[in-house]
Amino acid sequence: MEYSNQRKELKVSAIENGTVIDHIPANSVFRATRILRLDKMENQVLVGTYLDSKKYGKKGIIKVSNTFFKDDEINKIALVAPSATLIVIRDFKVVEKKQVEIPKKIEKIVKCVNPNCITNHENIPTKFDVMKNENGIYLTCLYCDKNTSKENMVFL
Amino acid sequence: MKNRSLLSINDFSLDEQLKILTLAAEFEKNPTQKILEGFVVATLFFEPSTRTKLSFESAASRLGAKVIGFSSLATSSVTKGESLKDTILTVSNYADIIVIRHPNDGSARFAAEISPIPVINAGDGANQHPTQTLLDMYSILKTQGRLDNLNITFVGDLKYGRTVHSLTIALTQFNTTFHLVSPVELKLPSYVKRHIKEKQLSYFQYTDLLDGIPQADIIYMTRIQRERFSDPIEYEKVKNAYNLNNSMLINTKENMRILHPLPRVNEIALDVDNNPKAYYFQQALNGVFVRQALLAAILGVK
Repeated sequence: MEYSNQRKELKVSAIENGTVIDHIPANSVFRATRILRLDKMENQVLVGTYLDSKKYGKKGIIKVSNTFFKDDEINKIALVAPSATLIVIRDFKVVEKKQVEIPKKIEKIVKCVNPNCITNHENIPTKFDVMKNENGIYLTCLYCDKNTSKENMVFL
Repeated sequence: MKNRSLLSINDFSLDEQLKILTLAAEFEKNPTQKILEGFVVATLFFEPSTRTKLSFESAASRLGAKVIGFSSLATSSVTKGESLKDTILTVSNYADIIVIRHPNDGSARFAAEISPIPVINAGDGANQHPTQTLLDMYSILKTQGRLDNLNITFVGDLKYGRTVHSLTIALTQFNTTFHLVSPVELKLPSYVKRHIKEKQLSYFQYTDLLDGIPQADIIYMTRIQRERFSDPIEYEKVKNAYNLNNSMLINTKENMRILHPLPRVNEIALDVDNNPKAYYFQQALNGVFVRQALLAAILGVK
């Protein structure tokens, strides 16, 4: 696939080398940037929100130059963007394309919903098992054993 | 079990739980043995609990261990703003095992994660209280001669009662039939019922106390707390609905025993205390033997 062919139509310009995260739900883009700590990044980061998408209606996209994420880093955004596609670009060409995968465990990025949980009283990084039921993803706190549902997730 | 922490009843396998009960029976026969001489047990009670603290300290003392610790925040550095982490790391220099009671859920697991010495959870917020579960199991085993195939009736606040949740989950290992008596507002939560259903055991729910009495091998009473109700009128309606008195015990099984994690308020009438079926004070004593067993097993001398 010749990535450079599409350049003239792109709302968010192409990158030469780096990572493109596509098909992010339009309203989750900034949460995804926070989860990936892109605000601390010293590389070019291009962000597009509410772009037209044939598949999803509206979508978001993030392009990060000269950065290649490890699977466990990138999979953290599956919590807010389970439909996201990861595209690795080298020399303007797509060299790898895959779906993000929901991780089995996550640390630090979400607050435990239980106000009495020790992680909300001491300076302790949160830890959860990622679980799934008929309503989607939820997190079980490894300290207090309480469940944090998708609607209750507050990102740190 | 040597050097292992006990934070939730599930941290010990069924075999290990039964081994603790066997050891507890040995200590009941011979409660004073100086097998823990030279060991130091730290009891860190960040919130008050008379029974649990004293029974741990009694257990440790009868085995010859020294006990250090605090029983209220006023006598600890926490009032100076010390973090739980710093308290645990400091105390672990002074002791061989930590017993912790703390108001926050998950605090004991956190303590165990950072502590180089084993930790016993003596109650973390509304979460777990595994030594209570073991002493309840011991009391059931001792009075019934078995844990299998019993009819256990739980009465009162089944929604918030952490001892009820842990014991229910533990009893699903023993083909128990559950009888659950509570006001509609305080029914057993679905996550606990799921454990019963997963093992395909039977449970029956009642709102009338009398419905749960005749079939019971054990009646496990709990206190209904005013602060659980958002509507004080609702509390007034239910608070006297679950008072067990002597006249209700006429048609009970010969070998039935009444348990209660204590403290009791008015859910068991005083006239029950002299009935041979009342077992709650012996139950509290059993806590000492079970805690002796735990200290000895975790410190590696049994």
